Parts: sequence; structure tokens; C-alpha cells
Amino acid sequence: MSPVQVRRAAIVGGNRIPFARANGPYARASNQDMLTAALDGLVGRFGLAGERLGEVAAGAVLKHSRDFNLTREAVLGSALAPETPAYDVQQACGTGLETTIHVANKIALGQIECGVSGGVDTVSDAPIELNDDLRRILLRANAARSPLERIATLARVRPGHVIPSTPRNAEPRTGLSMGEHQDLSTRRWEITRREQDEYAAASHHKLAAAYEAGFFDDLMTPYLGLTRDQNLRPDTSVDKLAALPPVFGEREGATMTAGNSTPLSDGASTVLLASESWAQERSLPVLAYFVDAETAAVDFVHGDEGLLAAPLYAVPRLLQRNGLGLGDFDFYEIHEAFASQVLMTLRAWEDPVFCKERLGLDSPLGTIDRDRLNVNGSSLAAGHPFAATGGRIVATLAKLLHDKGSGRGLISICAAGGQGVTAILEAA
Amino acid sequence: MSTNERDLLLKVANHPVGKQVLGRIGLPRPAPLERWQPGRPLISGPVLLGEAPAGRLGDAVRKVLAEAGSDTRSDPGTTERFKGLVFDASGISGSGELKALYDFFHPVIRRTLPSGRVIVLGTPPEEAGAVPAAIAQRALEGFVRSVGKELRGGATAQLLYVSPGAEDVCESTLRFLLSPRSAYVSGQVVRVRPVPDDLVVVPDDWDVPLRGRVAAVTGAARGIGAAIARTFARDGAHVVCVDLAAQGDALAGVANEVGGEAVQLDITAADAPERLIDHVRTRHGGLDVMVHNAGITRDKTLANMREDAWTAVIEVNLAAQERFNDALLSSGILRRPGRIVSVSSMVGIAGQRGQTNYATSKAGIIGMVQALAAPVAERGATINAVAPGFIETDMTAAMPFGPREAGRRMNSLSQGGLPVDVAETIAWLAGPATSGVNGQVVRVCGQSLVGA
Ligand SMILES: NC(=O)c1ccc[n+]([C@@H]2O[C@H](COP(=O)([O-])OP(=O)(O)OC[C@H]3O[C@@H](n4cnc5c(N)ncnc54)[C@H](O)[C@@H]3O)[C@@H](O)[C@H]2O)c1
Repeated sequence: MSPVQVRRAAIVGGNRIPFARANGPYARASNQDMLTAALDGLVGRFGLAGERLGEVAAGAVLKHSRDFNLTREAVLGSALAPETPAYDVQQACGTGLETTIHVANKIALGQIECGVSGGVDTVSDAPIELNDDLRRILLRANAARSPLERIATLARVRPGHVIPSTPRNAEPRTGLSMGEHQDLSTRRWEITRREQDEYAAASHHKLAAAYEAGFFDDLMTPYLGLTRDQNLRPDTSVDKLAALPPVFGEREGATMTAGNSTPLSDGASTVLLASESWAQERSLPVLAYFVDAETAAVDFVHGDEGLLAAPLYAVPRLLQRNGLGLGDFDFYEIHEAFASQVLMTLRAWEDPVFCKERLGLDSPLGTIDRDRLNVNGSSLAAGHPFAATGGRIVATLAKLLHDKGSGRGLISICAAGGQGVTAILEAA
Repeated sequence: MSTNERDLLLKVANHPVGKQVLGRIGLPRPAPLERWQPGRPLISGPVLLGEAPAGRLGDAVRKVLAEAGSDTRSDPGTTERFKGLVFDASGISGSGELKALYDFFHPVIRRTLPSGRVIVLGTPPEEAGAVPAAIAQRALEGFVRSVGKELRGGATAQLLYVSPGAEDVCESTLRFLLSPRSAYVSGQVVRVRPVPDDLVVVPDDWDVPLRGRVAAVTGAARGIGAAIARTFARDGAHVVCVDLAAQGDALAGVANEVGGEAVQLDITAADAPERLIDHVRTRHGGLDVMVHNAGITRDKTLANMREDAWTAVIEVNLAAQERFNDALLSSGILRRPGRIVSVSSMVGIAGQRGQTNYATSKAGIIGMVQALAAPVAERGATINAVAPGFIETDMTAAMPFGPREAGRRMNSLSQGGLPVDVAETIAWLAGPATSGVNGQVVRVCGQSLVGA
């Protein structure tokens, strides 16, 4: 085919390692270790050892400077042919889905026949930065022209300088953490504590049921002794969650707890995409097709929009372009950064005022059937290693569509920096 | 691992000083066993071939040895040392003629080279016709088993019964027994029977006898299963590696190493056979070889054994295999010439204190291959079992010193086998050229004293 003709990109399958809680079993694993393990599991599942793939695109949100070529290094350490090119993408929590969009688009355009998307994150092995003053002194000492000058420069180091600055999950322009931002949105949309706790408990129960049904047997490869997502609490309940203290925002009226917010986690995920012919030549299954994607961003700094509200804007644009209504999907995968983020999303799309004033729609975008929403649980239960979430969701949705044998699925992922990445998959 | 790293005595015994010391204190002196490597000759030294009158198999042997480029002699000379001593006794029709064994072997038995091979060929007594012939042919077993115990330097002895009409299907078995692939197999009796013409398969290249074959191996994440996956891949097969999801990490490592695929599957799950069959049907359009290797132990004396220890062992080691075999046969997924090879155990033959559950399951495997041989043959396939003795794995490394040393030394080769030795034996039985061997149990035990 000519390289500019557009064709369908197929999702062949996925593989991830179970997600671990911060400082848990993966405390000593680096991003590179975890991404390599996830890749090797994928290679093993689809018999790709020694194969040269079109590309591998992945990334991490928290990255050491030594990991400047993280994905390529993971490929070199994996069972894939070393001739497989790779690059890093970083779009906060949207990374995993954004890499899938990149690979799918290249396949659609005929530039590559197959590729892997993915992401990885560790908060256990997060980079710790030097205190800025110390860093400046060291840089200056390094550039010194004489030993004497170097010593004189180094003599300026003070005890306070050696306290490293740890990375904060905070927005640089507002100084507020993501939870603090979402607390503002939660209040604005009047999402109650009870709603959030009910939602979170259901996420755990659905994920547990999916494990029991063996849903993840061909989506996951155990790692370092972990065989299930460590955060999963099959026996949690609304009552248990109700006992947790709020952790974000002004004490008065605070509703967001460690139970209805995603925990800090470590993990990695990958997705195998290909042209139909490539999959067919290897007798590999096609679970679903990648249809379209839309990324949006909001001005949460100067405007009054919530930090995690960008998907509210991305989805209507995506639907319009594809001539679809919000109700035209069999499955909805909305990343559960916080229970209240999902609930706010549902509420906003049902709200005539928001839909008119912000989205410019004459009537509300619509209502999502809760029975089709995150049917196998999502980040609240599984955990959320930032860049790994997209790959987890894409593979899960593709398999759901495959098992159903027909239909469409919608993915919505909110991300730091006021961004949102959304996509549509279709059953094969 | 092609050398035996875990056995200290083996290392000491092959050190010049250690050798003398061991000899003086009367400890066994295990010899390092030669193991096959790709590109190596079938047998790395001259082979002396002898024949009793009216033998049927001399030509078959000569052909194999000639094709393999080996130096075949009929004259023993007086000083020459031999890597192989092969005697065709198929023509012996009465006990008086057994003296031919003495005449052939007596002058040369001390002249076998390290890791030498003694092979006696005969006619299955049940097919020998006259009573005196049946008696004489049966007598060969006692001779071979005793020679196995007298041989030194890692040499082995086997008896190969070839039915009339099966002369052209014994090549793969002859090759296996002659070559270093059978390093830890000794004192065994193998029967080769005739097969329909379309099942007589000769590989293009005997170095990769499994080329183009798709094989599923259970329990492939580690131990013997991982060795089977590696050996099969070396021999040209595409390996579908099956193990528990909990072993997925190691499983993917093995699958990627051998360029195969990993399938995370609990073989005891109700839908396990169906899932594996679906997998090989979509990916490969069929299956050529099924190796049932996954197995567990839950040791306790019968009085102390909990019910779940009994149930789990029977389920994993026996019942799951039965369900797989039923599904393989009824689904038609197994392509001609199909192969099923199951891993039994010496314990299944001899029994073992504290292993009533395990020995029951492993004896059941023997029953399974015997009972299924006929129905499987109707589909152009074979089913056989291997019964490993003491194999150096993580499992045996965890045994207490006393039983471990005893297990290691109580065999003609005075050492434990390696996982690859079991794997080589399975690869031979799984080969498309091994159509004539069906319903049999071959021990990989260095001719263990247990259950012999
Ligand atoms: N090691 C010996 O000396 C010896 C001797 C005689 C027989 N055997 C037999 O050889 C076989 C392999 O033994 P090994 O020493 O390599 O043992 P091992 O324990 O190292 O390996 C067995 C493998 O089987 C897998 N397995 C167990 N239950 C399973 C299930 N339900 N579904 C899928 N996979 C499952 C395990 O995860 C493991 O990877 C076993 O059948 C064993 O009984 C071993």
C-alpha cells in the first residue's frame, strides 16, 4: 500500500506486571527493570523473541536523568531484536495512552507494521534532586579553571544544602497538589463522601471479580513474587472506607481519603499493536481496532476549570468527529485518579448548564450507564503507576471488546498540567 | 547446564589427587558423562559390530553408523579401544547360542572408552516364534543389565528389541542409544515395532530432528521442563511453554530464550485443555507434541497425610493429564505423527516411603501410557513415559544430605542425572522418526538400584 493511505491499527494484546504499592515489592526495581519485564512478558506471550518491531514507544513520568533513553534501554535489555527502535514520550498520566496513539497512527499511515506502546513509573525509586543551591555550587566548581578556584567554590557548601529536594506531586504553577486541586472540583460539583466511597468499594469488588474469572491470565506476567495488584482489597466495604480520614483540602467539608484516591504505585504496562496483515501472517489474534483519539487541555491556572477536567472537553470533540453519541458505547474506561474525578465527569456531562456554557451544546452530552463503566475495576483498586495506566486500560478494554465480540469502547484519562487524553476502540 | 555443578564428589573424583584418595577409601568414583552438543558426531570413536548367525539387524546398524560417518569395525584386534560395542543377537534361537554374547563381549568389555555404549539387539521374546527362541531372547535382559553394572567410566548398556518388520524404523532409537544424548539412560529395554508406511519418517537433518514441529511442554518455567524447552528448541521445535500464572515471569524468560511462546495456565483448571488447544489451533493450526512434565510432591507418610495433599498430587500429576489426553484425541488437534510424552518417576515403579500419593500418581502415568497406546496408535500417534531417577534440580538440592547422597550414588553411574538427560530422552520419544516406540516407559536413572 502507499504510505499515506489510512488503514486500521489493530490491538493484538497487552501485558503488564502487577502494580505494587510504593515502597513495596518493587522498591528496588528501576523503571528500566519494570519496563523490560513487562516487554519480555509481552514478547513471550506472542512469541516475538528476536523479532524487529516497527517501534516501541513508552515513557515514565518520574524519571532519573540517567534514563534519558529509558525505552530504548529497555528494548536493548529485552528479548526483542536490538534493531527495534524506541523512544520516550511523557504526557503525565496520559503517557501510556498517548504512546498508543503514536504507534496506532504510524501503523494507520503505513509507516510501520507493528509496534509496542506502554509506560512505567516508580515512586519507590523516584529521582531525588540535589538542593538547587548545592547543584549550582557543584556546577560552578566543575567549571572552575584552577584547583584553587574549585576549592574556594566548594567551600561554600553549607549543611542545609545536602538536604535533597524530593519530587512533589504538585502543579508548578499553582503549588497545589493534584489532590488539592481535585478537592476544589469535588466541592464545586458537590460530590459527597458517600458517593466516592461507594464508587471506590465497587472498583475493588469489580477488579477482584475479574481476577477470579481469570480475566488477567493473559494480560499480566507476575513480577518479583507479586501475582496480583497489591493495592486490591477484595473485602473492602463502604463502611471500611468511611472510616478513613480525609487527606486533601480544607478540613471543613473534606471528602477525599486515601481510600477513594489512587495510591502511589509502581508498575509497567505494554500493548502490542499491528496492521491486520502483520497479525494475520503470524496467526496472532486481533482483539480490537484503534479508532480515533482526542487530547484536550484546560486553563486551570488562570481560568476556573479544574485541573483534571480536560477529558470533559476532549470527549465531546471526539464524539462529534466520529458522529457518535455518549450512549453509543458498550464499555467506558474512565481512569480513576480519584473517585470524585470520575463522578464529576459523569455529572458534568449530564449538566445542561456546563454542557451549554462550557461545551457549547444545546443539550447535555448524556448519561453513562454505570453497568458499562470500568466493569473490571480501574485505578482505585489496581493502583496507578502514572505512565503505566494507559497501557493497562487499552489492553483491558481491547480484551473486553474481544470477549463481547462486538461494540465500541471509550477511554478517558485525565492528566497533570490540565490535560486529558481520550480514545475510541472498536471490537474486531 | 551441561556439566554437573552440584555434585562435589564428581569434581573431586576427576581431580588427579582426589581420584587416588577416593580409590583408597573405597568411595565410588563417578565419571563425568559426555553430553551431546550440536555439531558433534553421533558417536566419537570406533564402534565394534558383532552378529550372531541369522541376525536381522546388522544392516540397519551398519547403515546408521555409515550415515553418521562413524568408524565401524568387525575385527576387535587386541589393543584397540571402542566407543561402541554393538551386538546383533536377533538371530539367537536357543540358549546354547547365548554363548555368542560371551564370545563377543568377553575380550573387549574392558576396552570400552569413557561414556562408551554397549547395545544388544534382539527380537521381542513374544514375537520370537518358537519357545527356545523366546527363552533365549528373554535371557538377553539379564546379560545387558549385568553388563551395565560392570561398565566403568560413564559407559551404558541397553537392550533394543526390534520386531520383525520394524528394521526400518529403529534408526532414531539406535541413534539415541549410541549417542551422548542417552548419557544417563542405562540398563533399559526398548521395543521397536512396525508402523504403517506413512509413519516412517526420516528427518532431513538428524541434528535437528524436531524441525518444524510444534510442541507444548507443561511445567516449563524451571527445572526439567525448562530443560525440555531448551532441548526441543535446539532440536528445531517451536515450543509452547506452559506453566502456572504465578511462574509467569520465569516462564516468559524460558519462552523468550527458546524463541517460543509462554502460556500461563493451571493444568488442573476445568477449561485448561480447551484453552491450550484453542491457543495452538489459532497460532499454529495444530500440535505435534504434547509433553506432560508439570508435577508436584506433597510428601507425608500415609498416616500423617492430609486429604488435600493426596488430592492435589493426583490432580496435577495424573488426572489433569488424563483430561488433556482425552481432549487432544477427541479434538483432532494432534497432527500425524503425533507424540505424547509424560514424565513418570522411578518412585512410580519402586514406591517410596512418604510418597504414597506421588507414587500412586506416577504409577498411574505408566498405566495411562500402556492403556492409551492402542487408541493413540489408531490416530497415527504414540504415547510414552520417561521415569527419571535422581535428577539434580532445585527439588533434589533441597533434600537432606543423607538421602540426597544415597539417591545420587545408588546407581551404576554413581551420580545424579541432569535435567537435560531427561529432556534428551523425551526429545527422542517426541521425534517424528520414533514412530515404532509406543506405550513404553524408559527410565532415566543411570540404572538405579531402586525398583530395578
Ligand atoms: N527432579 C527429580 O529428580 C525428578 C525425578 C523424577 C520425576 N520428576 C518429575 O519431573 C517433573 C518435573 O520436575 P522438576 O524437578 O523439574 O520440578 P519443578 O518443581 O522444578 O518444576 C515443576 C514445574 O511444574 C509447574 N506446575 C506445577 N503445578 C502446575 C499446574 N497445576 N499447572 C501448570 N504447571 C504446574 C511448576 O510451577 C514448576 O514450574 C515432575 O513431573 C516431577 O515429578 C522429577
